[in-house]
Amino acid sequence: MFVKKLRNFIRGASIPALLLWAGSAFAEYGLNLTRGVTPISREVYDLHMIILYVVTVIGIAVFGVMIWSIFHHRKSKGAVAAQFHHSTAAEITWTIIPIIILVVLAIPATKTLIKMEETGDAEITLKVTGYQWKWKYDYLEDDISFFSSLDERSNSIRKGESEESPEDYENYLLEVDNPVVLPINTKVRILTTAADVIHAWWVPALGWKRDAIPGFINDNWTYIEEPGIYRGQCAELCGRDHGFMPIVLNAVTKEEYEAWKIEMKNKPAEIDGEKLYATHCSACHQSNGQGLPPAFPALAGSPIATGPLAEHLDIVLKGKAGTAMLAYGPQLSNEELAAIITYERNAWGNDTGDEITADDVQAAR
Amino acid sequence: MFGFGYALVPLYDVFCEVTGINGKTGTISKEDAEQMLVDDNRVVTVLFDTNMREIPWEFTAVERTVSVHPGQLGEATFVIKNTSDREIVGQAVPSIAPTQASIYFNKTECFCFTQQTLAAGETREMKVRFIVDSKMPARFSALTLSYTFFALPDANSVVKVAEQSERIKI
Amino acid sequence: MSEAVSHEDHHDDHDHKPTGIKRWLFSTNHKDIGTMYLVFALIMFFVGGAMAMVIRAELFQPGLQYVDPQFFNSMTTVHALVMIFGALMPAGVGLANWMIPMMIGAPDMAMPRMNNMSFWILPFAATLLIATFFMEGGAPAGGWTMYPPLVLQTGDAFPFLIFAVHFLGISSIMGAINIIATVFNMRAPGMTFMKLPLFVWTWIITAFLLIASMPVLAGAVTMLLTDKFFGTAFFNAAGGGDPVLFQHVFWFFGHPEVYILVLPSFGIISQIIPTFARKPLFGYESMVYATASIAFLSFFVWAHHMFTVGMPLTGELFFMYATMSIAVPTGVKIFNWTATMWKGSMTFETPMLFAIGVLFMFSIGGFSGLMMGITPVDFQYHDTYFIVAHFHYVIVPGIIYGVIGGVYFWLPKWTGNMYDEKLGKLHFWISTISVNVLFFPQHFLGLAGMPRRIPDYNIQFAEWNMISSIGGFVFGLSQLILVWVVIKCVRGGEKATDQVWEGAQGLEWTLSSPPPFHSFTVPPQVTDASAHS
Repeated sequence: MFVKKLRNFIRGASIPALLLWAGSAFAEYGLNLTRGVTPISREVYDLHMIILYVVTVIGIAVFGVMIWSIFHHRKSKGAVAAQFHHSTAAEITWTIIPIIILVVLAIPATKTLIKMEETGDAEITLKVTGYQWKWKYDYLEDDISFFSSLDERSNSIRKGESEESPEDYENYLLEVDNPVVLPINTKVRILTTAADVIHAWWVPALGWKRDAIPGFINDNWTYIEEPGIYRGQCAELCGRDHGFMPIVLNAVTKEEYEAWKIEMKNKPAEIDGEKLYATHCSACHQSNGQGLPPAFPALAGSPIATGPLAEHLDIVLKGKAGTAMLAYGPQLSNEELAAIITYERNAWGNDTGDEITADDVQAAR
Repeated sequence: MFGFGYALVPLYDVFCEVTGINGKTGTISKEDAEQMLVDDNRVVTVLFDTNMREIPWEFTAVERTVSVHPGQLGEATFVIKNTSDREIVGQAVPSIAPTQASIYFNKTECFCFTQQTLAAGETREMKVRFIVDSKMPARFSALTLSYTFFALPDANSVVKVAEQSERIKI
Repeated sequence: MSEAVSHEDHHDDHDHKPTGIKRWLFSTNHKDIGTMYLVFALIMFFVGGAMAMVIRAELFQPGLQYVDPQFFNSMTTVHALVMIFGALMPAGVGLANWMIPMMIGAPDMAMPRMNNMSFWILPFAATLLIATFFMEGGAPAGGWTMYPPLVLQTGDAFPFLIFAVHFLGISSIMGAINIIATVFNMRAPGMTFMKLPLFVWTWIITAFLLIASMPVLAGAVTMLLTDKFFGTAFFNAAGGGDPVLFQHVFWFFGHPEVYILVLPSFGIISQIIPTFARKPLFGYESMVYATASIAFLSFFVWAHHMFTVGMPLTGELFFMYATMSIAVPTGVKIFNWTATMWKGSMTFETPMLFAIGVLFMFSIGGFSGLMMGITPVDFQYHDTYFIVAHFHYVIVPGIIYGVIGGVYFWLPKWTGNMYDEKLGKLHFWISTISVNVLFFPQHFLGLAGMPRRIPDYNIQFAEWNMISSIGGFVFGLSQLILVWVVIKCVRGGEKATDQVWEGAQGLEWTLSSPPPFHSFTVPPQVTDASAHS
């Protein structure tokens, strides 16, 4: 790993290689906004390009005048300073022309913006809820609901627990355990809200991002035209793991979507304490149970995870006020909580031997 | 300049009122609601969404959607169930999407007007009666009414919350 | 320290100044206080810069190498707070302290004791802020914008953050009151408002902006404080509040704040460009009106910082149009500066180089600003590195270059010695190349989809981040040249004449270099000929 980093450093630091690479990078990596896969995202892209061209032309004109002046009106070339300091005509001209340009730009922008707000007539309503630090998706018409968090491979790389380095993994930090699935050629309304702090749901290929605000609901819509996997990230600072809650959107044909729905409904809830811990708890308390004191206490050998069961159940169910510890009671089922707590009380040398059942959890609610 | 700052206040008031920028739904008396003109030519679909934060309740909308004509009184039913073994006080907070439509969405009756107290294991059915203003522009054909139930720590805080909601309506 | 060198040989007037620590601690002298402001700003510039170096080091390549994500968030948060409130604002006030009395023909500031207090609050406020790094739960990490509910998760540092902001705000308001009082009451006979140098004009407008917007920030953070500790729910949906309300209030302060930072820089380059073009400033009146209209409009565009919160369409359209309209007066200013250079007889000493740097690179920041004023496209740009690139283009080569240009411009006046021109030019060229290497690639990163405020990223963003980091390290180190130039200049060098620059016009250049301890003990008579144009 170290050798690779060193090699990268040398490659980055040597200027000829850098220039060579810059040439090829235009093809390989995005330098510009994505055109996206929806009618709106393409309109947004076109607007972006129009205004980019407009400012480039203005820039060339203004910088051109400045540069010409800098080269020709210099004392060393014997230039003698003129003494004019006023020209009403010129001043009016360069007030009016920008106004005209701005009005011309505002017209298509207004049209696109109005289209973006037309959230009616959707066939599917997807509710996106931001959590620290994962997303929850609810398909309101179909009662499908699941969490989506950073995949295990990225997670172990970023924590340094893996042999791999970020360079080895193409989708590093842009992959999740459960992608959100949507059909193409269907108008989907996407509602955003949050459970704890403000997040922002952003898939560049859809052409917009929208804040997810606790206690409030925002709506937006999309109409995906091409099947594919589209990746995005949380775009509003939401705490420690803000950079580690990606979004993966899998756009499929309508038939595949129907099949996926049936599969999701028939899927037995997977209850594995360790996996659930990794999804819901390890962001703060770490997969080795050591936490990140002082903000996030260790669970390994902690008074709560090895002490009386009632206290453990209480903090998991109800959270701890004034800290990042959420109440998981409303989020997870009794069975899931029982599995997580059983895992926490027996992993990392806690070895209490306790087996918690769903009934124990229900009793503590 | 302080004067200037204060002079802006009424301007912002009008601004918020016109644009509905604070995103809150309005209330309306039953009498006013009955007198509102009904626009039979179009239908508005209201989708109901429920959320819970830090509260061990079940909270569901009986109907997922309700379609009404603007000006017509609509009704929806929600069910809350306290799954814990103690009494809990909750407060529902409503939110409308799209925000622009919130100024046209009025309620005559809502469980969010007061706090709800549920004994251990208690279930309650609650009604919301609402009316969509017939003045609402036609481009809003679908609205989302989202409720979030929050737990209130104790009775004192209820008073505090009520006071604050007054204050917030600057 | 600057005057300590020697100016007894220049004057024989009554310079009774205290010596040693008392001279600085109890100072009521506008020049000494100005010097302290500038030294404080320079120290904070390096403190904030060190944090930026940590950020760029962590982002040098993908993977988490040096810091924990929480600490990374603290770095971005405190970097912004230190740079804005610790470096940029005090630097502006420092220059105003030094130059305004000299420019308007006054002996000192109108309220010298308040001047002393407004400075000495700053070190305490900065200490409060920096001390949070050693507290339980770490330094604030919720972003400098302090959005609730995230900021309420801050540990013990929270009240310290709030009080630091309060103190910094009080200091700025006192500075602003002082400047307004000075300009309104202490102008020399004949110095009418429309004869004021443009630097003074931009500072009056800035001072009014400060008085109008800082109390709003103070109110907003106080509401955060009561939400956290006294059970209110201004920003808590559970209690009938609204987290977005904070954003509205914060940006009602925050957008004027942008102009508070940039207007003094506009004023400085409006002094520098005519001097080195040897030609009067083009369109003085329209410059004043453009500055005033920018300031006025800045109160109506705040929500363009929060287009994605889900505002109603009417609101989004209103703020889009208002934002676009700011481009007009800003454009007028750029065109006026260009017309000032046009047909001039230009020389390119270091201050002029920095002023031209502002013209070019502030324009780039302005262009990207116009792009993100278009609401539907901002839904893509918002909270990405494109935004980071935009505001750093505005702040670093727009504002900091203006301040550095001003320092080079007035340094010979302050110290009586010419600075080392070769080193100054070296500083300019290294800074300019590296600042573009640092920030230009960030446009690409943002467009390609990299969100801001993340400590780690996918391999597709690796190359531009590495280039940007290299630019960052070079830019950071090259600022040490500035320190060396200033120290060297204070210690000695070629003696400066009173006028210093061939094309310099205005009252400050009629004083000796360095100027007497009390600038104008006898008010000068200002005529049309000795005014700005």
